[in-house]
Amino acid sequence: MTVSNFKNRLQQATGLQLLLLILLLGALILASAGLGYIPLGFGDVARILAAKATGIAGFADGLDPLLPVVVWEVRLPRILTAAIVGGGLAVAGAVYQGILLNPLADPYTLGVSAGAAFGAALALLLGIDFLGVYSLPLCAFIGAAGTLATVVYLSAAAGGFSSNNLILSGIVVAAILSAGISFLKYVADEQVAVIIFWLMGSFASRTWTDVTLTLACVSLGLAVSVFFARDLNLMAMGERAAGSLGVDTRRVTLVLIVTASLVSAVCVSVSGIIGFVGLLVPHMMRALTGPDNRRLLPVSLLAGAILLLCADTTTRALLPTEIPIGVLTALIGGPFFCYVFRKRQTMRGSRR
Amino acid sequence: MSFEVHSLAFAYAHQPVLQGVSLALPAGHFYGILGPNGCGKTTLLDLLAGHRQPAAGVIRYRGRDLGGYARRALAAEIALVPQDFYINFPFTAQEIVMMGRYPFIPRFAAPSAEDHQRVRDVMKVTGTWPLRRAFVTELSGGERQRVVFARALAQDTRVLLLDEATSNLDIGHCLELLALTAGAVRTAGKTVIAVFQDINLAAAFCDRLVFIKAGAVVAHGETGEVLRAEVLREIFGVSARVSYNSYCDAQQVVFRKSAA
Repeated sequence: MTVSNFKNRLQQATGLQLLLLILLLGALILASAGLGYIPLGFGDVARILAAKATGIAGFADGLDPLLPVVVWEVRLPRILTAAIVGGGLAVAGAVYQGILLNPLADPYTLGVSAGAAFGAALALLLGIDFLGVYSLPLCAFIGAAGTLATVVYLSAAAGGFSSNNLILSGIVVAAILSAGISFLKYVADEQVAVIIFWLMGSFASRTWTDVTLTLACVSLGLAVSVFFARDLNLMAMGERAAGSLGVDTRRVTLVLIVTASLVSAVCVSVSGIIGFVGLLVPHMMRALTGPDNRRLLPVSLLAGAILLLCADTTTRALLPTEIPIGVLTALIGGPFFCYVFRKRQTMRGSRR
Repeated sequence: MSFEVHSLAFAYAHQPVLQGVSLALPAGHFYGILGPNGCGKTTLLDLLAGHRQPAAGVIRYRGRDLGGYARRALAAEIALVPQDFYINFPFTAQEIVMMGRYPFIPRFAAPSAEDHQRVRDVMKVTGTWPLRRAFVTELSGGERQRVVFARALAQDTRVLLLDEATSNLDIGHCLELLALTAGAVRTAGKTVIAVFQDINLAAAFCDRLVFIKAGAVVAHGETGEVLRAEVLREIFGVSARVSYNSYCDAQQVVFRKSAA
């Protein structure tokens, strides 16, 4: 009971949690903008940003004219894209876990990542470049969206979408696509390294276009998810109970599945496949905020942004050589998840 | 009149479940629905709750076609207590009961003092107030069922549908909740439609009974009139003796051990 009491009190402080997370995220963005090949102080970063934001060049007086370019054109787009993608994956993960009634679901449960990977691999192999640098993300997105449409089509039944049907369809479609990716790698010859590298994920050389695109999609996704957050709470009690409490379960399921999938599709398209953020962050945050999605979704967004920003800064500026971000998140996130999962099992055992 | 049902039919993938069901269920009664497993009792409740659409026939609720009600409007009229309830996320018992108020609270508004009061009241009468801070994932089956019962009461609807809602409860809690429900029928004029397995519980609390067999209504009417040995033999194929029991103050049934 005392544990419950403590948790309850902690959960009521959502406003405070959000404020602290926003401050932490802001500080991390500034700090990581100063880290890298050319280290910069907190104050210098702030001066460069002030000069850019206000248009008064005087703020950056006395600094090497190269530095504003490094911070504004190179580091900041990458930093912001990493943060936005982290937030988007975390929100998508929270929505999936709510819809599929499964705390172990993640943004890739329905095969979105396999679809994106297949689209990207195909684009790399065939050398599709009619849209320049955007050809690859576009093909990845088409692959992800096509996979989603297939999964939804397969699992739609007269009564609505059951979570078991959705998960099963996702697994089957992902398995087919994985075989397809293996085949593409097999026939790719010298291109295979490019495909593998893309699949492992990276935020290197992101631009402001990536920032704008992901920001727009993730904001829209968050808005839709928060709008239906209360319905999502009711869906946790099963379709029948949610229906009797006024939720149009079929519509809410479809809208949220499509929203979360498109958010993850956009994230995967710009960054490659980054695992564990969408699984881990909502899972951890649920312990902090409780399962109410109205609190969980915004807190997960910020925590996901912080986590992926830290991971990307680590690989970009702190490690001697850059390792793919997808590998890093899985290497750190996987064991951490095992630790938390195991701890919860043993705690549950002692309580019963 | 709460519900009027005319020649209702329903099928799961061409497997007929209900056919030609016609019933008039006036408001202010405690209805018990009885019948063998798989006879369509739960399906009938789902249809009355608007959760499923009939394949044929009409259901009218308070004079209007049930299909014409918006989901949200229906949630303010009809509450459902399901038989089993499984949840994977650690909501507190109080949060679950507060969900019964959602149909009355605007989407982005906080619950009003009245909503909190209502939740407190129903949790107290259902004996779930001491569990309010406990996580529903850590409650026992019986405790969880009482919390879900409290949630339906918090919804404060004219109609309450119970789908074997007390089958997981011990006899003490079972009697307590059914007495509470029967009291709401008597004093507040609520309509309760409850699926039962236990015929004697139904006989003790319901003033009207509906017997269903193989998707069709076999008998319905006042408990004293329809609860007869012949009906029980026809519906369940059992030998029974029905008599007024003064200790229980209701008709009660005793069964012969072998079906013959």
